[in-house]
Amino acid sequence: MVNRNYNRPVLIKGARIVDPGRGVDGVGDVLTREGRIVSAGATLTPLDVPDGAHTIPANGLVVAPGFIDLHCHLREPGYEYKETISTGTRAAARGGFTSLCCMPNTDPAIDNEAMVELVKRRAEADGVVRVFPIGAVTKGRRGRELAEMEELAAAGVVAFSDDGDPVADPNLMRLALTYTLDLAMPISNHCQEHSLCPGGVMAEGWTATRLGLPGIPAAAEESMVARDLALAEMTGGFLHLAHLSTAGSVDLVRQAKRRGISVTCEVCPQHLFLTDEWALGYQGDPGRTAGPLNYDTSTKVYPPLRGSSDVEALIEGLAEGVIDCIATDHAPHEVASKEVTYEEASFGISVLETALGSLLSLVHGGRISMGTLVDRLTVGPARVLGPSFEQYATLEAGSPADLVLFDPNLEWTVDTSQFASRGRNTPMEGVNLKGRVVATMVEGRLVHQDFGI
Amino acid sequence: MTTPDAMALGGEAGEVTLAAPTGSRRNVLDLDDFTADEITSVLDDTGAMVEVLGRDIKKVPTLRGRVVVTMFYESSTRTRISFEEAGKVLSADVINMSSSGSSVDKGESLLNTGLTLQAMGVDVVVVRYPHSGAPYLLARHLPQVSVINAGDGLHAHPTQALLDLYTMRERLGTLLGAKVVIVGDVLHSRVARSNLWGLTKMGANVVLSGPTTLMPLDLLSGRDELEEDHPFAQVDVDTDLDRAIEGADVVMALRLQSERQQGGFLPSLREYIRRWQVTDARMARAKSGALVMHPGPMNEGVEISTALAHGESSVIEEQVTNGVAVRMALLYRLCAGRGSRMAQAG
Repeated sequence: MVNRNYNRPVLIKGARIVDPGRGVDGVGDVLTREGRIVSAGATLTPLDVPDGAHTIPANGLVVAPGFIDLHCHLREPGYEYKETISTGTRAAARGGFTSLCCMPNTDPAIDNEAMVELVKRRAEADGVVRVFPIGAVTKGRRGRELAEMEELAAAGVVAFSDDGDPVADPNLMRLALTYTLDLAMPISNHCQEHSLCPGGVMAEGWTATRLGLPGIPAAAEESMVARDLALAEMTGGFLHLAHLSTAGSVDLVRQAKRRGISVTCEVCPQHLFLTDEWALGYQGDPGRTAGPLNYDTSTKVYPPLRGSSDVEALIEGLAEGVIDCIATDHAPHEVASKEVTYEEASFGISVLETALGSLLSLVHGGRISMGTLVDRLTVGPARVLGPSFEQYATLEAGSPADLVLFDPNLEWTVDTSQFASRGRNTPMEGVNLKGRVVATMVEGRLVHQDFGI
Repeated sequence: MTTPDAMALGGEAGEVTLAAPTGSRRNVLDLDDFTADEITSVLDDTGAMVEVLGRDIKKVPTLRGRVVVTMFYESSTRTRISFEEAGKVLSADVINMSSSGSSVDKGESLLNTGLTLQAMGVDVVVVRYPHSGAPYLLARHLPQVSVINAGDGLHAHPTQALLDLYTMRERLGTLLGAKVVIVGDVLHSRVARSNLWGLTKMGANVVLSGPTTLMPLDLLSGRDELEEDHPFAQVDVDTDLDRAIEGADVVMALRLQSERQQGGFLPSLREYIRRWQVTDARMARAKSGALVMHPGPMNEGVEISTALAHGESSVIEEQVTNGVAVRMALLYRLCAGRGSRMAQAG
């Protein structure tokens, strides 16, 4: 992380401070110094502000703890043509994320201490936000035998996952949940029963039927969610369910939490904003469904975009707290892997730089409050990751100065040519969004700033 | 063809007049973006082309100087030869590209192959590909080429649907109100999908019949969420073929691929044959004079009985003849449109 002690104090003046961890939502000032929060809340007088402070006038802007992404793909090492730690962390900074948990489906996979060290070292050298590697559940992510999870934990991973693939073998999942009981670290599973969706590339439903594309039924996700919940109940292990996409999954988790099962889960911005009809092109316009823009491969993602009733259920689950947090599943790809037929295209969307803009539509539409949105991007993921992450999810005095400043009302049009990410693969290209990150600070240092600040 | 005006096909047997092309159509990807009027206009032109094909010397100069390339990434006899014949009768230069022995063997992508053809000045690309949507990829990236979908994955086969519509209209007089029963593997059938669009737009009543494992689940579970004019909102499903076939004007059997049994969709071919083979006995329940159709290639004795396939009610060979004429009508339409589009651009 390029974050040498940045000593110049910064004063963010007159912003709406949204800090759900402390129950704060009101206008005030934030002062940072030597990488820490000095004060966040009270309006400061000139006497309170050290000489030489950089003042950011922030009327009408929101300041919040920096967002924590539990789930992204930085692609390094192995797939540097898709993304690097350098470009991925810069994309994160532009999106308001100050901490990234990166998935181990690199090449080679992050399944041993040396790989953890490599990613951490590169993040230190090239990154602009905090990077926390996630370790593989199984050796080489092959789903056969457990990786050396104790060693991975000692090396500094924050969770385990074979993401990209599920832990398909039920007994292996049981053993993983059991083996990690003393590590207090979640196992994040990508739930998809492959035998229920041979060759599947999009949600089963009318759009898939119309396009003649092999479908992925909701039951492919839900059957494994149900399996994992039963295993978590039996073992007492710490289960985290990655990127839920169906109404049925939300119901299953709701019931499980009522029964006291130790489970957390996440949802992605794309599953809250887009439906399977976007595969027809034309930005999901119901009046324009036929023509050469059909088969928009940028909509191909795991789990697939689903119908509007699923989107509604996910929003409800998020508002209610059944869904603990929002994670991006940022999955950048090179252009060539999407300029093929839908069946041949890679799964994944480049999300980091559009996440906040699309999520704010839920706030503008009155579906969730600003406080809830910020909670699910900060306090929620920190709770999944454990007590050591609380400091990154609050603006409390003394905490590391990781924060985001955004204009919730700024209207802009997504232009992927401006992305910091190497991945330009998103169906959001050309979409008008309302709300954009203005500045991002990691440990007191501005790692992104825009619009004349 | 350089003029978009109504044109005449000269020849020893006299002249045949074609409708003036609108010039707005660049590609034929599926029938979902055709209006009923445009389909009618294509079918009318097809009639004129049938007349040309009936001549002693089957050659008119209409598409002289046009280049048509067929790119077939899947095996095909009737569709590829039908396009080749259609182009040649209209005097276009037709080049056949097959995936084996071409740069595809060296790993060239579909898109790059398409870009190469565009750079060579090809006017029309006819593409068949094992994945749904391949012609759309080409249409998006090749602005100077017209793309015709000759079958893409499970998705669409619009020229087949148009020849089916033409064959039905010729025999029945009109498609409006006709009861058309499509039997078999709807789930994996691009022919069925394109016919659904075409038939519903033309006002036919479509009934689908076949094993439930070979029907899209959405069709079985209700269609309330669909717009009224959505083709799937207008079709009926009746898995009991004997009942479905009552009073039918047309019965179309779909090809049953042997892989379907291996894929577990069917317990056995024997059971399929007993319940869904189109036979003389079952056709007795249809209207008298009802037509039997099949897009080919047939598995005689599986989805259709041999006696019926070659019997009096079968129009299967007529479908093949009409296929050439339909493809002539489409090549004419796209190339004529190209002339006017380029004139506008120039």
